[in-house]
Amino acid sequence: MHELSIAQALVQQVSEALEGSVPCRVTWVRLRIGAFSGVATEALAFCFEVVTRDTLLEGSTLEIESIPVAIRCERCQREVELPEAPPLRCPICDTPSAAIVRGKELEVESIEVEDQKIPRMEQH
Amino acid sequence: MTPRIVELRQGLLKKNDQIAASLRLRFRDAGLFVVNLVSSPGTGKTLLLERTLSALKARGGRPAALVGDLETDRDAQRLARSGVPVRQIQTHGICHLDADMVARHLDAWNLSSLDVLFIENVGNLVCTSSYDLGESCRVALLSVTEGEDKPLKYPGIYNSADAVVLTKIDLAEICEFDRDAAHTHLFDVRPGVRLIETSAKTGEGMEDWLAFLDDRHQAHRSATAP
Repeated sequence: MHELSIAQALVQQVSEALEGSVPCRVTWVRLRIGAFSGVATEALAFCFEVVTRDTLLEGSTLEIESIPVAIRCERCQREVELPEAPPLRCPICDTPSAAIVRGKELEVESIEVEDQKIPRMEQH
Repeated sequence: MTPRIVELRQGLLKKNDQIAASLRLRFRDAGLFVVNLVSSPGTGKTLLLERTLSALKARGGRPAALVGDLETDRDAQRLARSGVPVRQIQTHGICHLDADMVARHLDAWNLSSLDVLFIENVGNLVCTSSYDLGESCRVALLSVTEGEDKPLKYPGIYNSADAVVLTKIDLAEICEFDRDAAHTHLFDVRPGVRLIETSAKTGEGMEDWLAFLDDRHQAHRSATAP
């Protein structure tokens, strides 16, 4: 269950990226998670809710784009996406391939941020 | 107010990967070959390591080991009997080692006085696969008692391995272990991976394992030579 550590790293990375900017809150977080990344997206979503409490990310929507596994098939001389993996075999010619070109992603793509209104000083 | 979009495009394990990269440089500068051993609990990592450390030491090598567990230093005590430098990393509930834990446990060790460092990871087939520890070589273990389809159930870890050691082969017959099925499943997740069959208990296959380590060590030395 390393999803907790990963969710904590996410909060830290987002907070660092916003350091020094105007006061704001995060409304949306977009991740890209590969099918072969070893991360369970349900567990990550659960941990996200817990670790974002009392942070800039509290209440934000977590959007996870799941990336299917794709391999480079030497026989077909092209990249092929695998509807199911394992096995890491070309679905067209059945040749095994260890060359994974997609499906191991574990990335934060972007965030949406709403800047807070700065209250105006009252004039006397 | 319209929200603004901030592009980040960075790995979620960026911090770990940065520490792992600096560890890799440190290991390279010290001329140290580092092996990360991963498997489920009870596969026989510690016994394999015990026998490996003793054999390397007997041949005049200078091995050392870091060993990760949630609690206790029982494994470190076991490994220390081989007479080589050993340190325990207690993770206190965390299911994997990360690069920072490794870095913190290298303090006061003179890395240049060692030639091979083994990192025995926490017994876990899922989480350990995501964390680079700056190792030169990742070896996943699979025991005959676990069943032939383990690689299919946990593809990530076997896919990330540079080699797989099949352990407890002295029990293969009694467990009705199907070698061909194991090979097929393993190759489904990591086509062409090197598989070494061992029994640390009887010593069978240990020479192959040590020869594999020598080969990789040599290859690593040539690849990182200044």
